Amino acid sequence: MGEPGTKELLSLEELEAAGGLRTGRKHVLSILVENKPGVLSRIAGLFARRGFNIDTLTVGPTDDEQLSRVTLTVDGAMHPIDQVTKQLHKLVNVLKIRDLEPAGTVTRELALFKIAADGAARAEAMQVCEIFRGKVVDVTRRSLVIEVTGTTDKIEAFERMVRPFGLIEMMRTGEIATSRGRGET
Amino acid sequence: MRAVDAVMECLKAEGVDVVFGYPGGANLPTYDAFVDAGIRHVLVRHEAGGGHAAEGYARATGKVGVAFGTSGPGATNLVTPIVDAMMDSTPTVFITGQVRTDLLGTDGFQEADTIGITMPAVKHSWMIQHPLEIPRTIHEAFHVARSGRPGPVLVDIPVDLSRADIPYEPVTDLRLPGYQPTVEGNTKQIRQAAKALATARRPVIYAGGGVISASAAEELTAFATADRFPVTTTLMGLGGFPAPHDQWLGMLGMHGTRAANYAMDEADLICAVGARFDDRITGKLAEFAPRAKFIHIDVDPAEISKNVPAHIPIVGDAKHVLAKLVREYRALEGVDPSRLDAWWETIRGWREKHPLRYDDSADSEIKPQYMVQALYEATGGDAIVVNDVGQHQMWTAQYYHFAKPRRWIGSSGLGTMGFGLPAAMGAQVGCPDQTVVCLTGDGSVQMNAQELATCAQHGIPIKVFIMNNGYLGMVRQWQELFWDGRYSHVDMGSFPDFVKLAEAYGATGLRLEDKTTLVADMKSALATDGPVVVDVRVTREENTYPMIPAGQAARDMVG
Repeated sequence: MGEPGTKELLSLEELEAAGGLRTGRKHVLSILVENKPGVLSRIAGLFARRGFNIDTLTVGPTDDEQLSRVTLTVDGAMHPIDQVTKQLHKLVNVLKIRDLEPAGTVTRELALFKIAADGAARAEAMQVCEIFRGKVVDVTRRSLVIEVTGTTDKIEAFERMVRPFGLIEMMRTGEIATSRGRGET
Repeated sequence: MRAVDAVMECLKAEGVDVVFGYPGGANLPTYDAFVDAGIRHVLVRHEAGGGHAAEGYARATGKVGVAFGTSGPGATNLVTPIVDAMMDSTPTVFITGQVRTDLLGTDGFQEADTIGITMPAVKHSWMIQHPLEIPRTIHEAFHVARSGRPGPVLVDIPVDLSRADIPYEPVTDLRLPGYQPTVEGNTKQIRQAAKALATARRPVIYAGGGVISASAAEELTAFATADRFPVTTTLMGLGGFPAPHDQWLGMLGMHGTRAANYAMDEADLICAVGARFDDRITGKLAEFAPRAKFIHIDVDPAEISKNVPAHIPIVGDAKHVLAKLVREYRALEGVDPSRLDAWWETIRGWREKHPLRYDDSADSEIKPQYMVQALYEATGGDAIVVNDVGQHQMWTAQYYHFAKPRRWIGSSGLGTMGFGLPAAMGAQVGCPDQTVVCLTGDGSVQMNAQELATCAQHGIPIKVFIMNNGYLGMVRQWQELFWDGRYSHVDMGSFPDFVKLAEAYGATGLRLEDKTTLVADMKSALATDGPVVVDVRVTREENTYPMIPAGQAARDMVG
């Protein structure tokens, strides 16, 4: 591919092909950080600099109040992940990073679905809710709010089921994850 | 004690002997503390000059360079030096004033989000949130700046917090649980590298700025001479291996020697030490060193396999790793030095067939390449030479043969025009007994010429040699070669009159136009007291060769 300094025109196909290595799987990165201002900006900045899109991101306290846990997911089919992980390791406030293998990981996400449902539709929606072990957390004459917890797949499946009722809106937390077994994540 | 006095105590405890800076509203308390602190402060004329001076000081001395600025524009003017220091791994501490905490985020007068603006360009930064954090933070800042892969750090101090009264006790324990650079290098990996080197038939050592940062020049020579390994370095690595040495191939890369680039192209094993396979080195990545396996030694794990996959990765500081590597190599039995005979034969062939060359003028006209050779002669090859960016920088790398580390200083990664003059000033402050030369271009020098006033006021006797061709020469060269000679905004004319400019600033100004007396004239300029600006008129349209055209491979070198 030509260089910016030279005269030759660049084709868009060439530009797209030059993206780099892809691993092809979704990555769940579990990042243990010092609970200090600006840490999230630094982490997000490393992804932004490379033009990576973060699919989900959650931040929360840990059992140690000095530390926070950032869990983020990115699509390895879209972005080469290895270089970013190495750069993340260099951040002074980052203590530990795990790129969690799906098979060895428990992940959960919480979602709230606001559904337009009255009359007969309501009963049907509540039946679906029960199958997914969801919880109705708000109800009015014309709507339901249902809470569902589970893997991303389960939440997406639930979404497909309730969409025909009239999905007003959906809120998702993004995944949190922990490694299976006794060892620390 | 006032928090700002604690800052001064911390600086002293860190061994800081000079600060380059500029005062303003948000760092008034800090500047008040300078009055009694007993730390030398050099008042620059632009914060960028102060930042580059801190870089020049750090590069020349190996110590941490320090620059101060106020909030808002003071901080934004430091951005270029900060990015520059990041790209060239220069240990620097930037301390900026910030508006008072109740104004933060309100677009207060001279407020800028300094932490946010600089975040992608610092090794780390700290926003002070409580005055009691100040001493520990300053010490952590110095530790992070100088250890591991060195780099710039920034501490932003809101002006109200800097006025607090705090108890000060020297800080001895740092709290950086997430920061533990690997220095030593894995012994097993090092042993494996030694074995690979012992059987390689066409090995090359490719060394970079990491050798200079780690003060590993001696170890590099010991390693290279443990057998007869050919050595090339990047621009940042110049002086890391003595240029007069028989095993020296010259610099590699876009304007490197053919011997160095062809050796990389044909090598079967490349040992990269503190170098990062920058695009100016590799050219077309897919065709870079196609026959080689790679040993990659770097203190920064993120550099390893970033651009070129390493077969034997070694994370560690060049000094430690090379010392171990030499021991491991010497301990090997049955190494046959004659296996390299054919390789050296080939290299000698390239050297003889393709030495660096140019057509000298038949009359008194000064060719730019000759200007560098003349300066090499006039300085006895032993000056600290600080470059700006452009053709003159490449000619310096080619024709000034650096024998020692920390003798070549320039902006490499970022390629910052305007770096040279203030960096030379910083280098001179750090090394008052050395001859410090700023070899610059007529374009670059104008980007921070105001620091001549600083040099004159503080008696900083740098010698500025301007390679004046009246063009932005490197851009002109590319327009000539790759854009059909359509010159677009590269002609600088004969402005300003550098002799008068020098005099106006309180420096000595000279103009040299005659090749036949150039060395002698340069010597007398070097012998002149105080800062001197020498306007050397050179051939206007001369190209820097040889050259790997952009995006091509070493084999495609032209010129």
